[in-house]
Amino acid sequence: MIINHPLLGPRDSQEFVYLGDAALMNRPDGMAEGALAAFIDFAYLRDNPAGLHRELWYHEQGDRSWLVVTRNTVTHEITTVELARDVARKAGRSK
Amino acid sequence: MRYSGFRVIREALTGHKGWTPAWRNPEPQPAYDYIIVGGGGHGLATAYYLAKEYKQARIALLEKGWIGGGNVGRNTTIIRSNYLLDGNEPFYEFSLKLWEGLEQDFNYNAMVSQRGILNLFHTDAQRDAYTRRGNAMIMHGADAQLLTKEDVRALYPFLNFDNARFPIKGGLAQKRGGTVRHDAVAWGYARGADMRGVDIIQNCEVTGFRTENGKVLGVETSRGYIGAKKVGVAVAGSSSRVMDKVHMRLPMESHVLQAFVSEGLKPVIDGVMTFGAGHFYVSQSDKGGLVFGGDIDGYNSYAQRGNLPVVEDVCEGGMALMPMVGRARLLRMWGGIMDMSMDGSPIIDRTGIDGLYFNGGWCYGGFKATPASGFCFAHLLATDTPHKTATAYRFDRFAKGLMIDEKGQGAQPNLH
Repeated sequence: MIINHPLLGPRDSQEFVYLGDAALMNRPDGMAEGALAAFIDFAYLRDNPAGLHRELWYHEQGDRSWLVVTRNTVTHEITTVELARDVARKAGRSK
Repeated sequence: MRYSGFRVIREALTGHKGWTPAWRNPEPQPAYDYIIVGGGGHGLATAYYLAKEYKQARIALLEKGWIGGGNVGRNTTIIRSNYLLDGNEPFYEFSLKLWEGLEQDFNYNAMVSQRGILNLFHTDAQRDAYTRRGNAMIMHGADAQLLTKEDVRALYPFLNFDNARFPIKGGLAQKRGGTVRHDAVAWGYARGADMRGVDIIQNCEVTGFRTENGKVLGVETSRGYIGAKKVGVAVAGSSSRVMDKVHMRLPMESHVLQAFVSEGLKPVIDGVMTFGAGHFYVSQSDKGGLVFGGDIDGYNSYAQRGNLPVVEDVCEGGMALMPMVGRARLLRMWGGIMDMSMDGSPIIDRTGIDGLYFNGGWCYGGFKATPASGFCFAHLLATDTPHKTATAYRFDRFAKGLMIDEKGQGAQPNLH
């Protein structure tokens, strides 16, 4: 698979380390009510869809950036690649 | 029709006109007591043991495509019970015992071949770990034997014993391990279940579950609604997809695992062997092909095909272990979809919905577990209590911190 890195262009997926569902970026608030249940869900449960999947890839053998890759788990086709930093900022974090 | 040597001779003398199909092709009834979703090895075994051991009737097994078309037809056919942890070893040993009597039990030639499995170790620390594992196996009634380097050399003189980085220092052998003809397992269970009245309904996709007040009433299928008192789901690989229909999120990811067969060679490897310094294992099929495999590809996938980096990785493992394999050509390779659970161990449990039961999360190791998985799932369906060898395979073990982390890696790709 070729991942079209937003800064570096097309790179072989072998240069990356895979983490999993991009929902892992949304760590629950540990101080909120029901935090224990939220953390169990966060740590262990996955949507695991057949079809489009937003997932985290880390460019370990490159610029060490985290990417959010939208990939079809049935065909392995990659449709969108974003910097995880940009995704987090769009969601209102790290301003 | 029972199969026997006498029957084969009689049919041979009468022009093979007396053979009948191994199982019927029935139309679905409006309602059953039990519905098993998934016609793979585990589903078929569940239906078989439910009918045979637990004397239940009115059982249907629903399969989306044809039976045995998923991972039971895509694995590398190894059986073994060389586990360490209390939650696992009794279960897998139970499974191996069922394998040993399976062919007589379901009257079908599954070519169970106890040719032995050998896990090689390459460091002193690994020898200690394997000694411990062997002791755990013996304590649970399994067989285990620690082999020295010279013992291994006598078995397989062609291995690269003096590899500069990973010299072979010995191995942990389980002589009762071996291989089985994988498709015959599906067919044997299907035939055995069918003979006991189970309706095996193929080309019947479950599209939803009908529930009322937290209790299951039946399943919606591509061939209409079918009522059921109890529904057991055994669809490993697609577990998340099926359980999503009742809005259940599972502690698992689906990953692709590849397997390979070389061209046919003369007999050279008489058992099953695993490389201890990388993920590579190999056996030789009765047709002569070297059957081998390695790690999952390491990203969520439902594609049933993998990519080249893992092919390279597996072949590097093979070359490091036995350089002579470089002369053999690769004949076929394929991929299967694994339920990779978060701790690497399976789940056989009730769900939050009354009458709906779940079996899945088999990771790399579903095939060897087939008989015990079916037996334990049938036990759970029939009695509503877990079988004594499968009490640890619960959904709530994650929330309670009771993970069965045999290898401590689960679905996390970079830990493999």
